[in-house]
Amino acid sequence: MKKTKLNGNNVLLLITIILFAVMYLGGCLVYSGKGFAHLQTFLNILINNAGLICVASGMTCVMLTGGIDISVGSLVAVDCMLLAVGIEHWGMSSPVLMILILAIGLVFGLAQGYCVAYLKIQPFIVTMAGMFFARGMTAVLCTDQVSIVSDPLFTKLSSTKISIPFGGYVNKKGIYQVPYIRASVLVALLIVVVIFLMLRYTRFGRSLYAVGGNQQSATLMGLNVKSVTMRAYVLNSFLTSIGGICYCLNTMCGTTQQATGMEMDAISSSVIGGTLLTGGVGNVIGSLFGVLINGTISSLVKTNGKLISSWANIITAILLCFFIVLQAVFAKVKEAKKA
Amino acid sequence: MSKLKSLTKKQLFLPIFSMILVMLINVIYDMACGNAPLSFFQIGIKNGFLYGRLIDVLNRGSEVAILAIGMTLVVSSSAGTDISVGSVMSLSGGFCCMLLAGYGVARANSYALPLWVGLLGGILIACVCGLFNGFLVAYLNIQPMVATLILWSAGRAIGLLLCNSQIVYVRVPSFQILGAYVGFLPTPILIAAFCIVIAALILRFTALGTFIQSVGINKKAARISGFNSARIILITYMICGLCAGIAGLTATSRIYSADTNNIGLNMELDAILSVALGGNSLGGGKFNLSGSIIGAYTIQAITTTMYALGISSAQAPVFKAMVVILIVVLQAEPVKDYFRKMTAKKAAKEAKAA
Repeated sequence: MKKTKLNGNNVLLLITIILFAVMYLGGCLVYSGKGFAHLQTFLNILINNAGLICVASGMTCVMLTGGIDISVGSLVAVDCMLLAVGIEHWGMSSPVLMILILAIGLVFGLAQGYCVAYLKIQPFIVTMAGMFFARGMTAVLCTDQVSIVSDPLFTKLSSTKISIPFGGYVNKKGIYQVPYIRASVLVALLIVVVIFLMLRYTRFGRSLYAVGGNQQSATLMGLNVKSVTMRAYVLNSFLTSIGGICYCLNTMCGTTQQATGMEMDAISSSVIGGTLLTGGVGNVIGSLFGVLINGTISSLVKTNGKLISSWANIITAILLCFFIVLQAVFAKVKEAKKA
Repeated sequence: MSKLKSLTKKQLFLPIFSMILVMLINVIYDMACGNAPLSFFQIGIKNGFLYGRLIDVLNRGSEVAILAIGMTLVVSSSAGTDISVGSVMSLSGGFCCMLLAGYGVARANSYALPLWVGLLGGILIACVCGLFNGFLVAYLNIQPMVATLILWSAGRAIGLLLCNSQIVYVRVPSFQILGAYVGFLPTPILIAAFCIVIAALILRFTALGTFIQSVGINKKAARISGFNSARIILITYMICGLCAGIAGLTATSRIYSADTNNIGLNMELDAILSVALGGNSLGGGKFNLSGSIIGAYTIQAITTTMYALGISSAQAPVFKAMVVILIVVLQAEPVKDYFRKMTAKKAAKEAKAA
């Protein structure tokens, strides 16, 4: 029998993809007059959420081990501020800063991972401290808003449009618009592919599932649970740093209040995408669709124009609630079957 | 030596020790600045009101102290934290002001509904939020942090929606009743004291505290011995919601307006921190309410001290984070084991030498 069985987890992923399709097509039908149906609208969702895609990929890895990381939003803020301050105030070049940021991500993840895995402190508490720390460090670097203008390489990277040969349209002024994506989208999609392959085919990826599924049996299987858990946090912070750079390419500035609530967006994307919060089950493709659903909701609210922006939050929360309850129901059904 | 050891083993040692440390820092700072060394403890009366840094700490710390009561119970019963309390605070404040000013009115000089309706509405909506969280945790077995994540993001958003995305001012003197002064005492202190006394009485004279602890220690065992574990968890979450409602109304009344975006912002972190600082295990089970309360005021003292030292409110989280990490690392099992081994080795060496 080659046909893969449709178990509860695949159903969750399927529901997510169907939900996204329905939502997006619904938006296309309702707001076709406002240009929602153009390919560019979809690409804009990708462009606006490139950073979030990276962060959500990392978050999925941590959540697979049964942990959580709420420091990511603040880490993104630090990355943006460091880029801005480094370029504008310290006169450093952007490649050096990017390497520095990636290194900071590794160290940050190492510290948090050590506390979680080896000192056995609850992940939520450790990353809460990390969140405080990073947010405060942003203010220590600079309390004003700093815009990035003086680094030619970084500006060019941010403004480069990569054209797509199909799906163009003629706008109201009669000019042909070529759809485009930005460099950050390529990075984000590349990360999704790499993480997908890693989770599926590498030893480390498989051990993430094993650790999240059942720590005791993972230990009995001979896995170094502590080391795997720690590496999950390191990977997450590293991907978050890449996400921070992508995010900064969009905003081109650093402020202390940047990316607040991004951790919740990342967590809700993963959950909507079918990653179980108890660990052991999940897929990075699902998280990608989770981000796309989040992006579609806010894009729909913006296109409507009359709704208050907090509606986007409320709808996301309702979806989150729906998926969490669904997960709980699936878990209960599974237990009932076992018994 | 053994006396010192038994002292450090007491649960209240950590919060009281940190409180004393904070006060010492204040004294040293004042001496360095050439002020009177004990100016931190000075309490005076200005314009008929009590004032002084200590009073300020007590006053500003009221909301965190009220939240800490609910948070302690939630942590004890379900081994998880309720991260929605800040949002619920903002929601209850926003709902109360919406009721009092009427929907869409940004500036009200008279009540649309009687004051008690507004206050009751604010508290009720907070209780409903608590019930919602409790239902998800107790009956659907969802991790507490995740269940409360929903209201964490939705609570503030609903509050904004109710207030039509604007700051609603209620400019009626009687609305300030919860945030102003009674005689010369700031009312928030009295409200916090009232909540603490009620909670202490309930825990002292009913079996609720024991029930909560037994559920927290072992949910299944508690159920088998005849407790309705799920209902007890539900009750703790409702109490937590109630506390968040009271804190939200106090915070709203203090500024006589519903600033939905900022009321209770990051307050959940302070509340969780006070529980941890109070020597309570975040893994559930036994709890000590007085520890959490002292923890809450210690955190406020730390914040006030940082402002006094000239650290901006945006930079303050760095130090708060260091305090959190220090506390939790010291409380971590592996670290405790390490210290135990060290002392055992020392004792063995001494025994050998003797």
